[in-house]
Amino acid sequence: MTTTLRALMGATALCATAGLAAAQDNVTLTVATVNNGDMIRMQGLTSEFTAANPGITVEWVTLEENILRERVTTDIATQGGQYDVLTIGTYEVPIWAKQGWLVPLEFDEDYAVDDLIPAVREALSVDGKLYAAPFYAESAMVMYRTDLAEAAGVTIPEEPTWTDIMAAAKAMTDKSKEQYGICLRGKPGWGENMGFITAMANSYGARWFDTDWKPQFDSAEWKETTTDYLAMMNEYGPPGASSNGFNENLSLFQQGKCGMWIDATVAASFVTDPKTSTVADNVGFAKFPTKEGLDNRGNWLWAWSLAIPASSDAQDAAKTFIAWATSKGYTELVASKEGWRAAPPGTRTSLYENADYQKEAPFAAMTISAINAATPQKASVQDIPYTGGQFVAIPEFQGIGTAVGQQFSAALAGQMSAEDALATAQANTTREMTRAGYIK
Amino acid sequence: MARATSRNAKIGWTAAAWFVALLIFFPILYTIITSLKTEQEAIAGFDLIPSLTLESYQTVQSQNNYWRPFTNSVILAVGSTILALIVAIPAAWAMAFSPTRRTKDILMWMLSTKMMPAVAVLVPIYLIFLRTGLMDTRIGLTVLLMLINLPIVVWMLYTYFREIPGEILEAARMDGATLRDEILYVLTPMAIPGIASTLLLNIILAWNEAFWTIQLTTTNAAPLSAFIASFSSPQGLFWAKLSAASTMAIAPILILGWFSQKQLVRGLTFGAVK
Amino acid sequence: MATRQTQGLARLMRAPAIILLFIWMIVPLCMTLYYSFLNYNLLNPGMTSWAGWFNYQYFYTDPAFLESIKNTLILVLGVLFITVVGGIGIAILIDKPIWGQGIVRILVISPFFVMPPVAALIWKNMIMHPSYGVLADVAQFFGAQPVDWFAQYPLTSIILIVAWQWLPFATLILLTALQSLDTEQMEAAEMDGAPAHSRFLYLVLPHMARAITVVILIQTIFLLGIYAEILVTTNGGPGFASTNLTFLIYRAARLNFDIGGAAAGGIIAVILANVIAVFLMRAVGKNLD
Repeated sequence: MTTTLRALMGATALCATAGLAAAQDNVTLTVATVNNGDMIRMQGLTSEFTAANPGITVEWVTLEENILRERVTTDIATQGGQYDVLTIGTYEVPIWAKQGWLVPLEFDEDYAVDDLIPAVREALSVDGKLYAAPFYAESAMVMYRTDLAEAAGVTIPEEPTWTDIMAAAKAMTDKSKEQYGICLRGKPGWGENMGFITAMANSYGARWFDTDWKPQFDSAEWKETTTDYLAMMNEYGPPGASSNGFNENLSLFQQGKCGMWIDATVAASFVTDPKTSTVADNVGFAKFPTKEGLDNRGNWLWAWSLAIPASSDAQDAAKTFIAWATSKGYTELVASKEGWRAAPPGTRTSLYENADYQKEAPFAAMTISAINAATPQKASVQDIPYTGGQFVAIPEFQGIGTAVGQQFSAALAGQMSAEDALATAQANTTREMTRAGYIK
Repeated sequence: MARATSRNAKIGWTAAAWFVALLIFFPILYTIITSLKTEQEAIAGFDLIPSLTLESYQTVQSQNNYWRPFTNSVILAVGSTILALIVAIPAAWAMAFSPTRRTKDILMWMLSTKMMPAVAVLVPIYLIFLRTGLMDTRIGLTVLLMLINLPIVVWMLYTYFREIPGEILEAARMDGATLRDEILYVLTPMAIPGIASTLLLNIILAWNEAFWTIQLTTTNAAPLSAFIASFSSPQGLFWAKLSAASTMAIAPILILGWFSQKQLVRGLTFGAVK
Repeated sequence: MATRQTQGLARLMRAPAIILLFIWMIVPLCMTLYYSFLNYNLLNPGMTSWAGWFNYQYFYTDPAFLESIKNTLILVLGVLFITVVGGIGIAILIDKPIWGQGIVRILVISPFFVMPPVAALIWKNMIMHPSYGVLADVAQFFGAQPVDWFAQYPLTSIILIVAWQWLPFATLILLTALQSLDTEQMEAAEMDGAPAHSRFLYLVLPHMARAITVVILIQTIFLLGIYAEILVTTNGGPGFASTNLTFLIYRAARLNFDIGGAAAGGIIAVILANVIAVFLMRAVGKNLD
């Protein structure tokens, strides 16, 4: 297309109403996304979108999660307007929406917004308005090797307690065969080990802050969580666990080195995929464990979601794109190309009512029940001033969570005791929270 | 007898040198080997013989078109280097041939501008780039990279120029050479090797810059450092793919370095030799 | 030769470089200074207020601050030590008449062409990983327990990676110096029966002093700013074991989005870098004249 024509069409678009503009003008959408498998698949299907929307060109910026978060946060906070569609999580959405950085999303009827899973929808809404559309969502659960459990003579109940898990971990461990009872995250980071440890702490009845925003690492619940976490990892975990994150554990489990792995539900489709997993036929699922006498299964909830920054100059086209990428139609498109197992999980009720999906994805039932059971609006049994399940939804959490994660990682690596790690975490967090003005 | 010992010594030195060289080169070699494996082979354990599949390269290419960031890397590295040379050659020339008492201080001051950590000034620079419309433009980044490397360029050229003996100029002048002749026929030929190696070193430094080039670009100006960031920690361990992407990112500059190492070395003295 | 006219011309030739660098120094420096006195968090842009010296106080009372200074120094000194000693060794080795000198030289300088994040990724995943890394395979071959490098020896691991990247630079500069050594003098010493180690100590090393100074000076400036390698591998941990000053600033700027705090950290880093530079110039600067 010639420049003149393009300019002409641009001018036309300026005169036209906003609604018309979305359908007709020539706009380039810059979509920022993480390099996870589902997003890369979406990137590969872009041509399907542009074929249906000839006026829109899509440019992708794919970056690894941490760099993406840095880039996108800087841009949105400075009103940079570099991106038209952002891939962000349930952590950012409420914080950014309150700052007025995101455009509220309203879709027409075809989109069937009521089909979105209620817990996910709620996590992405502020004051009843949806600020991001979920692309895929996850809770956490136990994935375990049915063959190893059988050989070790243990059964893992569908709703296990931590005692069940520790007993099973002990029974399934055989270090001489490089077979470890349990694999958990140990790599420092607010989205790495602290995701798991925070959920585990929730299930132990612990909380990050009391209602006066005082950190609670000196509480008995945190002490118990830490002791059990370290005991499990030291006795039944793989070597070098303090550098293992989601990726490393996924790989260990796929190679048959883990008896159990407690992590995000999205991993289920990877460990049951015969193309990449050597244990695909022998994976069982159970709910996230809880402490006896409590009924709190961690309340892990995360949704990678698409949102439009207020600084975007192509908001209508961006909405068209988001409606496409998070629609039922997109799920069907993926299913038709790569099978139902590859469908982005955790966002729509209809997917879990689909017989084909249930048949191909043995983890479907457990995933949906985990997501439905998560209450990130109230993650702990104690009174708390914050929301968020495996994180605390305040802007300061990235820094605080990572610093605390470092302490847990050091304790796991054997470089400090559990008491010292908790004491340092308590002191650091108090310092940061005082500075941020939460503690008066 | 003497010849036998020297031959034995040569064998010994050769073996030692090759051992050290292969040890140093090994991480790069292993990356290239891994890039030619399948994903399963890549994490299966130590193995120097890949199945020679190009699968990973194809996946990388289909996921993220290599040629656009490659072109940007070339433009940024070469552009910023040429710009830096245009500014630095006169300055280094003047410092070398009519030095003042302050020359050394100025050189040290120039180097000291590299001491501010980039992360600390990111937000000011980010805001400047936004307000001036330089964000995600090649010209903005070219100028920025030029400024970052300018101190090193001036320093390198200065030390090289200073080694050109002044007597030659005197001699040329005695023979009645004009200033123009002096520059054209005497100084330039002598300065070329130094300029060449400065050029090469600066291209390498600019190519490998991986902070500003990621933070100040989105799509239009993003070079290979951003390309790598899209493969660096994906969901799952895809080491064959990561190796392929790494190989693609470093190959051009590695090959350039190999072919031009003689020129690179000749001027890379920073005044270390008197 | 230095007439007034050429002096004027020289000034004119120097001016563009000096002016450009001056702007490049002063504008970010002033903005950083200004921000360092503000309560300015990117995530709370509406709440910006005057902070006085609070950011500085907050930065240097950080529990990781002293350790980060220590780590910065260990990192710089460790890398300098490995690159200078290793560089001298390798320079002597490839200066010998050996077969395949050209290829050996190419192999040795190759790490210099590798982008820092790529180098860190290679070392982290392919070499030092406790289950899939080459070093783990080597350990298992000898029946030993693989070392979990980044958990057990975090700072050492980072020093190794950075030293690997800078070894070629040091080698090249030291090699040029070595090659300019007067061979006649060496041969004379050899004839006189001076043993190899005293030839090295009294002839080679003094000759290389200047080159070593240059290596130290240039590398120190780059090494003070290292943070990408830390970010990719250990994230500054476990605990604060591999947090250096630049990484501490990174944490403030990019995790907390605390622009005021990061700016104060930046100013502190510049001051410390200058102190080190002055100290360096005192210690080794006389070699540069």
